[in-house]
Amino acid sequence: MSEGMTILFAISVMLAAVGGAAVLTWFERRLLGLWQDRYGPNRLGPAGILQVVADMLKLLTKHDWTPPFADRWVFIFAPTAIVVAMLLGFAVVPFGPGLHIIDVNIGLLFFIGMTSLAVYSVLLGGLASNNKYALLGGLRSAAQMVSYEVFMGLSLMGVVMLTGSFSMQDIVEAQRGGWFCVSQFLGLFVFVIAAIAESHRLPFDLPEAEHELTAGFHTEYSGMKFAMFMLGEYLGLILVSCMITTLFFGGWLAPFGMTWLPPIVWFSIKTFLIICFFVLLRAAIPRPRYDQLMSLGWKVMLPLTLLNLVVTGAVALWMQGA
Amino acid sequence: MQLFESLISQLRTMWRILLHTFSRAETVQYPEQKPYLAPRYRGRIVLTLDPDGDERCVACNLCAAACPPDCIALQQGTREDGRWYPEFFRINFSRCIMCGLCEEACPTNAIQLIPDFEMCEYDRQNMVYEKEHLMIDGPGKYHDYNFYRVAGMQIEGKDKGEAQKENPPIDVRSLLP
Repeated sequence: MSEGMTILFAISVMLAAVGGAAVLTWFERRLLGLWQDRYGPNRLGPAGILQVVADMLKLLTKHDWTPPFADRWVFIFAPTAIVVAMLLGFAVVPFGPGLHIIDVNIGLLFFIGMTSLAVYSVLLGGLASNNKYALLGGLRSAAQMVSYEVFMGLSLMGVVMLTGSFSMQDIVEAQRGGWFCVSQFLGLFVFVIAAIAESHRLPFDLPEAEHELTAGFHTEYSGMKFAMFMLGEYLGLILVSCMITTLFFGGWLAPFGMTWLPPIVWFSIKTFLIICFFVLLRAAIPRPRYDQLMSLGWKVMLPLTLLNLVVTGAVALWMQGA
Repeated sequence: MQLFESLISQLRTMWRILLHTFSRAETVQYPEQKPYLAPRYRGRIVLTLDPDGDERCVACNLCAAACPPDCIALQQGTREDGRWYPEFFRINFSRCIMCGLCEEACPTNAIQLIPDFEMCEYDRQNMVYEKEHLMIDGPGKYHDYNFYRVAGMQIEGKDKGEAQKENPPIDVRSLLP
């Protein structure tokens, strides 16, 4: 793609991601409603889709208040950081053959780095609010981060070993012979759990935990700053769904040779199904305590990932030798 | 092992939640779709008339005494024919909790709760119902009951001992049985 086309594509990806995140707020509530035997928002517009507009209007017109006891600049910086980091993460997502913003040879590392940066947003938001619930939320976020970041990165190394590259397009191309969700089943399992924790969604939404911490790290946030946190969360959900599609479900590759749909449509369908799966997790699974999450992370997930790495490495070497 | 069991349990939970895709929503779409309200539902309060078309309330004040949030106010008066009646009867529905204790306390079945709960006002003052707002043109849930026909109280046109199932008054000064 030429320079101008790339910029245009980047802008359209950004708009699509933000728009998708906005629609997702409505879609998730409808889907949760379906699974909880109720309707969800269904009053405004066809099937309640205009609820998104109403929510947006409400958030835009709300008083955007910075509490006097908060650390002002950090307080303002925190919600922007999560949105910026998540949007930057979309840069390496391959939407189709040759359809990407950048295809760097460290694409996967870039993704891991960007999602890790998003954690600072939660931490700083909790710290800058100067509120005990927000602080507890930030504390839990830190505890959560040290428990899942390690195995999140390691769980993807099996994919990298089989591909021999960190580039996202190469990873997709390497799955022509078979998707990694089969050969890297353990990696997929661990990464899904890490991805939930990464995007702070139920069952691992410990930092906000509205039942016990009022709203956790964003207790003091209102108006557009709160909207930014929400946007960041939903962007994160879309981003990790894109990543799971790319890394384990063949990205834009068509399943069973059904190439009559364009690659980007296959990519969207897969991502959509994974988003639905995340909503299902939210509807079904209760939230663990954070010590349970930590012990799960260190005692189960990390050994599982290491086992996966050893086996994958051995098989890769054996294949090379054979 | 325990971990494995809990993993299976979580997967089973997810599967069963997924099956809910095919079950109907329990929601009653309220303004369009009204819920069924039983005849004995405790909603708005009314004052009823006896079968002869006279008001049942005798202004005994028992409802006001029973009312937990003290939302009933009334003043007793006497008509020329000897019947008691409320000079005013006022219920503040912004305080009323629809508990139905007034209905249970009422000796004449005058005050009754009906299956209607849709009382919305923009002005709080409009939630205060006066006697003319409360009074309905009928006997409500009890079609045949008329307090003055069964009570021993003397009113114009009905002397002592003339009520239903009432014996003539005993002459307490006589020794004869």
